[in-house]
Amino acid sequence: MTALDEIKIGGLGASRKRVEDNRFIRGRGNYVDDIVLPGMLHMEILRSPLAHARIRSVDASKAWDIPGVRLVLTGEMMATRNLAWMPTLSYDTQAVLATDKVRFQGQEVACVVADDPYIAKDACEAIVVDYEPLPPIVNPQQAMADGAPVIRDDKENQHDNVIYDWEVGDKDGTDRAFAQADMVSKLELHYPRSHPSPIECCGSIADFNRATSKLTVYMTTQAPHIIRAAVALVAELPEHMIRIVSPDLGGGFGNKVPVYPGYVMSILASILLERPVKWIEDKSGNLISTGFARDVYLRGELALRRDGKILGVRMHTDADHGAFFSDAQPSKFKIGLMHSAFSCYDIPAAHLTARGMYTNKAPGGVAYRCSFRVTEAMFFQERMVQAAADDLGIDQAEFRRVNFVRDDDFPHRTAFGFLTDSGQYGKCLDVGLEAVGYQDFLLQKAEAAKQGRLLGIGISTMTEPLGAGNSREFDILGIKMFDSAELRVHMTGKALLRTGAKTQGQGHETTWAQIVAHELGIPAEDVTVEEGDTDTAPFGMGTYASRSTPVAGAAVAMVSRKVRAKARKIAAHLLEVSEEDVDWELGRFYVRSAPDRGVTIQECAAAAYSNMPDGMEPGLENNAYYDPPNLTWPFACYIVTVEVDPQTGVWDVLNVVAVDDCGVRINPMIVEGQIMGGLTEAYAMSSMQFITFDAEGNCVGSNYMDYLLPTAWETPGFELHEVVTPCPHHPIGAKGVGECAAVGGPAAFVNAVIDALRGTGVRNIDMPLLPDRVHEALTMRHDVSGAPPVRTED
Amino acid sequence: MTSLYEEVAPEPAAGVPVRRVTITVNGERRSADVEPRLLLAHLLRHGFRLTGTHTGCDTSNCGACTVLFDGAAVKSCTMLAVQADGHAVTTVEGLATASELHPIQEGFKDEHGLQCGFCTPGMMMAAKALLDENLDPTEDEVRWALSGNLCRCTGYQNIVKSVLWAAAKLRAQAGTDADPGQEQP
Repeated sequence: MTALDEIKIGGLGASRKRVEDNRFIRGRGNYVDDIVLPGMLHMEILRSPLAHARIRSVDASKAWDIPGVRLVLTGEMMATRNLAWMPTLSYDTQAVLATDKVRFQGQEVACVVADDPYIAKDACEAIVVDYEPLPPIVNPQQAMADGAPVIRDDKENQHDNVIYDWEVGDKDGTDRAFAQADMVSKLELHYPRSHPSPIECCGSIADFNRATSKLTVYMTTQAPHIIRAAVALVAELPEHMIRIVSPDLGGGFGNKVPVYPGYVMSILASILLERPVKWIEDKSGNLISTGFARDVYLRGELALRRDGKILGVRMHTDADHGAFFSDAQPSKFKIGLMHSAFSCYDIPAAHLTARGMYTNKAPGGVAYRCSFRVTEAMFFQERMVQAAADDLGIDQAEFRRVNFVRDDDFPHRTAFGFLTDSGQYGKCLDVGLEAVGYQDFLLQKAEAAKQGRLLGIGISTMTEPLGAGNSREFDILGIKMFDSAELRVHMTGKALLRTGAKTQGQGHETTWAQIVAHELGIPAEDVTVEEGDTDTAPFGMGTYASRSTPVAGAAVAMVSRKVRAKARKIAAHLLEVSEEDVDWELGRFYVRSAPDRGVTIQECAAAAYSNMPDGMEPGLENNAYYDPPNLTWPFACYIVTVEVDPQTGVWDVLNVVAVDDCGVRINPMIVEGQIMGGLTEAYAMSSMQFITFDAEGNCVGSNYMDYLLPTAWETPGFELHEVVTPCPHHPIGAKGVGECAAVGGPAAFVNAVIDALRGTGVRNIDMPLLPDRVHEALTMRHDVSGAPPVRTED
Repeated sequence: MTSLYEEVAPEPAAGVPVRRVTITVNGERRSADVEPRLLLAHLLRHGFRLTGTHTGCDTSNCGACTVLFDGAAVKSCTMLAVQADGHAVTTVEGLATASELHPIQEGFKDEHGLQCGFCTPGMMMAAKALLDENLDPTEDEVRWALSGNLCRCTGYQNIVKSVLWAAAKLRAQAGTDADPGQEQP
């Protein structure tokens, strides 16, 4: 009997082709808008054209007169049901439909339910709203100014626009470090507002059945169980009478975590009308009203010793949260994991202060391909690191190497208090430098400079905390951030696996089966994976923040081991030996003293239903709730080379090298796909993708004409490399990876362009590096900071 | 025959103009009574229940709704259903036969050219239009042909590879390769 070939059965490390593709390539996916229920009605939302205004009146009478209109909801009507406001995932409140004021352009003011969406749209246009405009606040600086209007005058104790003042780290120790410094390097940065913008917008179909009192909601959510809990609280329905189904998702990237007013209104409409009600958001609704990301200002300082050692870090951030604090952050960390900055560097002291502000902009600050603000943290870190290296006149690669946590220093307590556990930072940097041909490029750059050509090279290295929780530190609304898996092995050895995560392109249907194959020797093709239905899936916190593999993936391994433990007892019974005499190899138990005598996992499964030992409970299934002991800490090194055209400010990417150490890779093909997706978002952020506002609070970037996403034509090619340092505490040694490139990538692009401008005195251009901004910096020889200004047409 | 939008309201309200359209969809002649303002994408998705054609934006930028219209790639959210009257439309559902995938579909699976799958039907239809014209495109030609279609997951590199994979297979099938052995994917 030869052992199974793990790669052949689609186990760990196999670049197994994806199971879910079989339906997607046939156009047979099942997204929310593909679902039709008998008697279904359609809902459309009327949004505010103004950023800040008092509502004098809403007249919906003409809307009711349109044939086919079944229901019109206004804020006033919601208020009579105590549903005009809802709690957010960050202990704030958010208007479902505006009653007193509108607080951002695009805010929900009324909605119409009709026989088809065309009629519903007509009826929205027939609603007359009388607004009294108020002065809008469009950035944190305005929000903090003396005499600024209070945006949240609905909240009793809110007398200014501050949401929180928060700090972490050692202030005194950091002050001492700065007092001892040979040099202090300072940098002010803005990470512009962006939007995750999955191609599929948000939507829901609420179906309340009066006969059974059951509410079923098909909806675009990355976290169905959190939504079930939220609906139970908001709609005051019993939780067991709520079923949330998240079908195929057309991308999420953090946009589909929060609870949006549209979901709530479709639920109320279905309850009132006793018919299924479908709401499908349009793209501008998605871009102007749902969870944006970033929009954070930084004042950063590094205390430096002349030899290149970083002695201390000071950071202050001002975050623009929009009109409601509605992003999902772990409740202990107000600015998410901003304090994960500088975790890959050995720094004695650090201090961070963070302030969150209300403005008249859409609410959010969601983790867009990001673990709660780590994207901003790592961008700030790597921009500050490059500026410090330049200020000191030290090579940027060498400066990083001097300050890296060394391979033999793990576990390492960071200055902000995180515990990193593994990595080979220097090796990853070396692999990247060699791949890009660092020394050659520097020569090439010097040569090109003689002809007036501007070449630049940017490096970004970082470790980031992925896989929230552990439950000691991580909760959302008090719910601890663990995850779960449930495995049933059928009589013939085929299996059904369900988890509390929710795939949205990551390929869980493929990779979870590979973990089962690795643990049990059941071929991956024999394992069906299901997620997203709260009536069947075990309770979990969902998929975002690169937490699926670190948490739910670990639960899959653990539940497989529980099943294997039972199978071992069955095997001992079948082999007529004691359990201690049974050994395991992939897919098979055997007698230690007689390895030829064995039973396969499939034979054990059959026996679990037909020939179990006396006294044993029949069946072969179990579940596991996994509370990770720590976050996982992948490391990445991204290196970008560019050429900037001095005449136009246009910059071309010459080369992108990515070295990712995400521990053990379950499916290398899928991991590489994730990394390339992240690199593209990094390129997008640095070059074109941003949302800004004019002085009136009009959103610029409200559609794909204005909100630029790179196409196949602009997007550069990528060269990927790999280093593997297994996670010491994850059952299969894996770390998170989905967001790494989107988190670490942007600084590499920006650093490359700034490097190309070396010698001009330009230390910073804030993203996006649009050609006109680069050109301005180059010709005027000054920094270009802040969100791109938008001219208000006279 | 289908109704105005879905099967919900078979009788149009008084005063709503209705036009009969007949379109050859994936080789089959289909008729529907539609409002003149109904988008072709909506007729395909909701009237004909061919939900493989997706709608992702309101501005004809994302390309998720790309179909072949008399053989040319068009964004079906940019056309009215009445404009398609008397014409032929191919959707993603028309790519495969009952037993066999189209090489473009095989290529997307083999080269991991999709993740969430939402842009995929439009990408594949845009690729089909390219390969119908040019069986041996360069990487740049593929990138240009797909530049009307947005993907947020993959970073395009694997999509481009998928199309080149399909092109190689189609060339081998057509026997046009000088040495198919070398280029067989």
